[in-house]
Amino acid sequence: MGMTQHADPAVTTPPASGPEQTDGRTAERPLAVRLLARPEVGVFLGAAAVYVFFLIAAPPVRDGSSMATVLYQSSTIGIMTLPVALLMIGGEFDLSSGVAVITSALTASMLAYQLSMNVWVGVIAALIVSLAVGFFNGWMVVKTGLPSFLVTLGTFLILQGVNLAVTKLVTGNVATDDISNMDGFDQAKKVFASTFDIGGVNVKITVFYWLVFAAIATWVLLRTKYGNWIFAVGGNKDSARAVGVPVTFTKISLFMLVGVGAWFVGMHQLFTFNTVQSGEGVGQELIFIAAAVIGGCLLTGGFGSAIGPVFGAFMFGMVNQGIVFAGWNPDWFKAFLGVMLLGAVLINLWVRQSATRR
Amino acid sequence: MPDSPLLALRGVCKRFGAVEVLKDVELEIHAGQVVALLGDNGAGKSTLVKVISGVAPADRGVIEWEGRTVHIRRPHDARDLGIATVYQDLSLCGNLDVVGNLFLGREIRRFGFLDEMEMESRTIELLKRLTRTIPELRAPVVSLSSGQRQAVAIARSLLGDPRVLLLDEPTAALGFEQTTEVLDLVDALRDRGMGVLLISHNMGDVKALADRAAVLRLGRNNGFFNVNTASQEQIISSITGATENVPRRPATHDAAW
Repeated sequence: MGMTQHADPAVTTPPASGPEQTDGRTAERPLAVRLLARPEVGVFLGAAAVYVFFLIAAPPVRDGSSMATVLYQSSTIGIMTLPVALLMIGGEFDLSSGVAVITSALTASMLAYQLSMNVWVGVIAALIVSLAVGFFNGWMVVKTGLPSFLVTLGTFLILQGVNLAVTKLVTGNVATDDISNMDGFDQAKKVFASTFDIGGVNVKITVFYWLVFAAIATWVLLRTKYGNWIFAVGGNKDSARAVGVPVTFTKISLFMLVGVGAWFVGMHQLFTFNTVQSGEGVGQELIFIAAAVIGGCLLTGGFGSAIGPVFGAFMFGMVNQGIVFAGWNPDWFKAFLGVMLLGAVLINLWVRQSATRR
Repeated sequence: MPDSPLLALRGVCKRFGAVEVLKDVELEIHAGQVVALLGDNGAGKSTLVKVISGVAPADRGVIEWEGRTVHIRRPHDARDLGIATVYQDLSLCGNLDVVGNLFLGREIRRFGFLDEMEMESRTIELLKRLTRTIPELRAPVVSLSSGQRQAVAIARSLLGDPRVLLLDEPTAALGFEQTTEVLDLVDALRDRGMGVLLISHNMGDVKALADRAAVLRLGRNNGFFNVNTASQEQIISSITGATENVPRRPATHDAAW
């Protein structure tokens, strides 16, 4: 479905006089231009360019295991970027998504450890907490009409403080205790943090989750009623409400979906490192948002895809690891990202204009 | 012409805070008739539409549907009765394509998933009945002309096979050709037995299309006219409240030039 959003009404073309559709003043746009107007095509080209660049600049990248590392790095960003992108298409964004990952991991870890229960109890409790945080964000945004920037900035600060304070209160330390000896840990590690051997290359399970989730998100966006609603509430929520779209439900559920993403990534981190640093996660939310924007999602909502953010996250992972493989100073990473982000925004702008210009 | 009106309003009152926007308003819409609702700015036309469409329910008064009293408290109630509304702002999502807009909120599904083929073919079917120039179905609605957008909005309102259509200033933003197209369309709907309430500022439209005209002035009925027999001056003076003809400058003044 070709979906775009544009602030200004398009230029009015006079109607054709007769059965013909055009009056001779409109021309079919070239295929290349029409393809580029798809939200995911621009970022695909960008990702390919970055990949080729590092293939040349950093010879170790050509190795299969390096690629697995790049994909792993991309997947941990990418899994979270997906719900963030859906939320963005729905016209909102969430600044608390980075620390929410840590909140989820801390909840699972400390609950299970302090009560000496099976880790799955902690995992379920963490899911409930994450959903509750998402619900709170969504409910506040919908009910108060405040910009999601402000509401989630508040949640971001609250969670950041709570993460540190509660962890210190419970463990007397800034990190949680190692839970690797607890009941259910091995099982949970298999689910959230195992590694597969594919042709002699170790691939982390998150890579598969990432791609499966992306496929599901794409299907939901393009083939379900709910996907239609996401685009509608992001494009024009008053019109959507006027024709019977449950705007409140759509927005709150999108925030809760971000909660599910935070839970999933939080569990992955917990069962990878056995322990959680309570001060982490700050700044990650901007990485997710940037990856979604690079992936062709419009910050103002109503336009984007789920495939684009996959490539957006891949670009992040590629640059992150590529710099290391190339032997450069990793301090350059953020500068590189900034350039990529600005480039992507400019491409998006151009794409949006050419998509609505006919 | 059927005897009892499809939709009748009797003594409808609506108050917003201290302002009595509608006072004892009467209105009848018969099947196969176009009723023009006229009035100056602030006369209560849009409020009356909102009362009928359930967006802003009446405080007092009776609404009759085919002779029996009904209560319209929510937009849903009006839709269930068979009343469709096209607002002046059209309520379209500019980023969705034509098909997406038409079926937004009432998507057709097959095995739980969107049935794009069915929605697309029904869109084509519907638009063919309405307009000669079918817009590109997969283009975002922002890229359509305002006439085409109007057609999309009207097409959407016809999806539930309504019997009364409320049109709020459908031609206000349109050029000459597009206006003609919309007027033809309303004409066709009347021929199919629908009752249409047309709000318009354009006396030309009203004269060309309407059977009857109801004038609101300061929230009250200020006259009903048979458009075919009443003169334009009569209707206009009813709108403006002038008892005599519209004041003009004396001819001698012009001659002095």
